[in-house]
Amino acid sequence: MRIIQAAAIAQAVRDACIEACCALPADVLAALTQAEAAEEGPGKAVLSQLLENAALARAACRPCCQDTGMAVVFVDLGQDVQIVGSLEAAVNAGVSAGYREGYLRKSVVSALGRKNTGDNTPAVLHLRLVEGDSLELTVAPKGFGSENMSRVYMLTPAQGEEGVLRAILETVVSAGACACPPCVVGVGIGSTMEGAALLAKRQLLRPLGQPSPDPEAARLEREALSRINATGIGPMGLGGKTTALAVHVAQSPTHIAGLPVAINMQCHACRHATRRL
Amino acid sequence: MSFALEYKPITLPLSPGELESLQAGDAVLLTGVVYTARDAAHKRLFEMLEKNGGQLPPEWPLPQPCAIYYAGPSPAAPGEIIGPCGPTTSARMDAYTPALIQAGANVLIGKGPRSASVLAAMAGRALYLAATGGAGMLMARSIKKVEMVAFPELGTEAIRRFYVEDMPLIVAADSRGGNLYAR
Repeated sequence: MRIIQAAAIAQAVRDACIEACCALPADVLAALTQAEAAEEGPGKAVLSQLLENAALARAACRPCCQDTGMAVVFVDLGQDVQIVGSLEAAVNAGVSAGYREGYLRKSVVSALGRKNTGDNTPAVLHLRLVEGDSLELTVAPKGFGSENMSRVYMLTPAQGEEGVLRAILETVVSAGACACPPCVVGVGIGSTMEGAALLAKRQLLRPLGQPSPDPEAARLEREALSRINATGIGPMGLGGKTTALAVHVAQSPTHIAGLPVAINMQCHACRHATRRL
Repeated sequence: MSFALEYKPITLPLSPGELESLQAGDAVLLTGVVYTARDAAHKRLFEMLEKNGGQLPPEWPLPQPCAIYYAGPSPAAPGEIIGPCGPTTSARMDAYTPALIQAGANVLIGKGPRSASVLAAMAGRALYLAATGGAGMLMARSIKKVEMVAFPELGTEAIRRFYVEDMPLIVAADSRGGNLYAR
């Protein structure tokens, strides 16, 4: 049994909030650089601006985008870890400190009264109990330009793979410029309604462009990416070859009567930072 | 080989001739005064216009013509005058925009497509410029002066007056019906 203090978790969450907002991961920068080289006209101008913006943000340790999102926190907790204090309170304390001390925008309000909570809490916490005696956490600040454009479809089994592809295309096309393309598209297929949605969100954390080890998912990823980029929506919807940087698909067994598909749209600022305790 | 756009410097306020000469697809570096307003400020401005027969009250600080930037900045860190300040989605302002154009807004800055009624209201009198969504630091770099104008209680959604220099933008919809999103 290993002991981890709640305060250490709060500190890790705080640091990860700031890092995620200010420093785009290397794989995202590489994908944007590659897209910039391939584009022309307004699309190229947009991508050059994004690369310059990312460099400015990283150098100043300031957020690349003013929408510093809602903090989605994934925790993989080793079952041989004992936490001293409350995990949930520690995660929220970390988000509160990160957003205040990092001068990040506080964008969280009560759902109906629209009253700002003041410190960007509560976080959305996804906890998974795993083997081992360590704790790994990833903070993925989620902006709502893209989150608003995400969808869940409850398809019938008869609609099959082609139905899944149509659902992905329909989501990306109706999102258009609003999701801040070039996007990363996370797709969760199977399970239940909420199971598919969480599976889709987890796909946004995968390294960009690394195909799924599941050959069926990898085939869908290739086909969906090629259809999405043939739409010509382009960077920020101004036209071009790059509407998505990547499509990441995962599947999970589901019921004989159903084919849930969740599509989580992610803007080009595919932000996340990880800490291991 | 791919080509980059050449940016054309423009200064606000635009003369009617300059406004008409800019076309969808042109890249510009904008210098001048712009006012931020997003969801909550638009709602209030619209209610004010409805009460005042389509005009802003004379004591109101928005000049005619004026440029409106759909943006809600992150807080400024010590040593900054403004935090990252990229555009938000323009479509959420569409319901209010024709009335604001009637009241004198002739340059609109945001991201994403506009409704048919906004495009119709723009004909012959307004330009819609796309700022790059997510380029918060790049946009903030061009903001040289910041002044609170109205609704400070709205926080990030308050109306602020910016003096901007060389803000990189792309003409997304022009005053003659050209529209990059319509392809």
